[in-house]
Amino acid sequence: MQKLTKDEVHPKIIEALLGADTDITIEDALENEMILNMGPQHPATHGVLRLLLRLDGETVMACVPELGYLHRGYEKMAENMSYYEFVPHTDRLDYLAPMANNVAYTLAVEKLAGIEAPPRAQYIRMMVAELARIASHLVAMGALAMDVGALTVFLWTLREREKILDIWDILCGARFTNSYTRIGGVANDAQPEALAKVKWFIDQFDENLDECERLLNTNRIFIERLDGIGVVTAEDAISLGLTGPSLRGSGVEFDLRRATPYLFYNEMDFKVITYKEGDSLARYFVRVDEARESAKIVRQILDKMPQGETMANQPKRVLPKKAEIYSRMEELIHDFMIVNFGMNPPVGEIYSAVENPKGELGFYLISDGKGHPWKCKIRSPSFVNLQAIPHLVKGHMISDVVAIVGSIDPVMGEADK
Amino acid sequence: MELKELITQKLKDNFSKINFTFTEYRNELTISFNKENVVEVCKFLNDDEDLQFKLCEDVTAIDWARKNNRFTVVYHIFSLKNNFRLSLKADVDVSDCAIDTVSSIWKTANWEEREVYDMYGISFNNHPDLRRMYMPEEFEYHPLRKDFPLMGIPGSLPLPKK
Repeated sequence: MQKLTKDEVHPKIIEALLGADTDITIEDALENEMILNMGPQHPATHGVLRLLLRLDGETVMACVPELGYLHRGYEKMAENMSYYEFVPHTDRLDYLAPMANNVAYTLAVEKLAGIEAPPRAQYIRMMVAELARIASHLVAMGALAMDVGALTVFLWTLREREKILDIWDILCGARFTNSYTRIGGVANDAQPEALAKVKWFIDQFDENLDECERLLNTNRIFIERLDGIGVVTAEDAISLGLTGPSLRGSGVEFDLRRATPYLFYNEMDFKVITYKEGDSLARYFVRVDEARESAKIVRQILDKMPQGETMANQPKRVLPKKAEIYSRMEELIHDFMIVNFGMNPPVGEIYSAVENPKGELGFYLISDGKGHPWKCKIRSPSFVNLQAIPHLVKGHMISDVVAIVGSIDPVMGEADK
Repeated sequence: MELKELITQKLKDNFSKINFTFTEYRNELTISFNKENVVEVCKFLNDDEDLQFKLCEDVTAIDWARKNNRFTVVYHIFSLKNNFRLSLKADVDVSDCAIDTVSSIWKTANWEEREVYDMYGISFNNHPDLRRMYMPEEFEYHPLRKDFPLMGIPGSLPLPKK
């Protein structure tokens, strides 16, 4: 963090920082008011988030987040590539849960093109989305603890996450940027070894999570640094557009898996976790309990998963199998057409949203009947959730900013697109 | 009464002067109207007891790359009470490239509208803090417009001072 002078801050940012209710400027500021720059290279801002803070002593009077340090223009790129080509790019949005983004994007394209993936593929998608949620919440939990000074838990939760990455390795060959789903299904069937590993992971997970949690929940420093910090009421949370654990920590029972069921979530038995308090501690509790619920869902998926195909049979829209391309003319033609000219969904537009670990991830796709989308808008949960930070940090101490950012759990890859 | 009919009916009853267009695609209801009415319609949908579209999920724009009404501003709003999603649309012409802000109704719209301003150059009247969201303040172009080249414009982004 560094103290800034007027020349170093853009005048428009200063204007936003000072607000209408105050008339001080940096030059004739009261002796103890100052502008502090936090980030973009700051370990506790979870990426390249820049926060400009106006401080009175140690109290935060105002905060202006600055985004765009990781802006790669994915929406522009999406307009210039085919629907298939964009799947790997979704990995780089929320890079702590790439599988969940893959699922969200393919569901959106399938809704646009009117494709339905076979049941087994949908079960596999549900499984990977829930495992991705567990992985993401583990990182969120560990990183939050690390931000407020409990370093050990981070190592423990990352040890658990490592096991999920090993599952990805077996399942799709990549540990981190998976690109596992395809339009119309998944890249390859879940092998028995992968499913056995998932089962092993789920069986030992609850115990290990308890262990991590015991380390935190009996830690008085951890509790006191989060309890009552960054309170947001249910009404404000909805108005600010918070979704995911941040909204449910304020007592609003809103989960897209329940509200607008997709895949087979309507057949699954799980609780939507809510806590009334709305403070950072509540958001942390929601995440931990949700990880448990996800484990419960994965267990049900393993029991119910049917056998069968993992790619839809719609030759004009869905890529055929490799073996068929090499041996049959018709498949070769379809493959050539889809790869070179795209899959050409009918003219129309859809908005499809799923419950990602961070909140609601929506894709707004417009097709003009050609191989490239006319528009692809990514509604990323981190972007919207970050908007709440000025509201949350106001009036708190500067050390609480770190705890609040950690409890919102932003991922800048997604917020900056 | 089904919810879609209820929304249609309520809007027609309360705003007899506004010309609504209702379209449905893949089971999603979209309502288009003139941009002058955006605030009153949004306020009604937010406040109405039966509808309660309290959550503004997304504000974005579409560049149609055409002469008249080049842009369309799109709002996706969600009713937590009914678990129902609705899209609202208003056309914006490039000659008067502005629309009223809805950030007084939904606080979320603040940043979403800043993003639209940044990416499409549509300005929002009465917006409390209309700055660019992602691009630097000195940047002159609006990247998501269809006439902005994919490779960017060389020299348009100032490099940091050494």
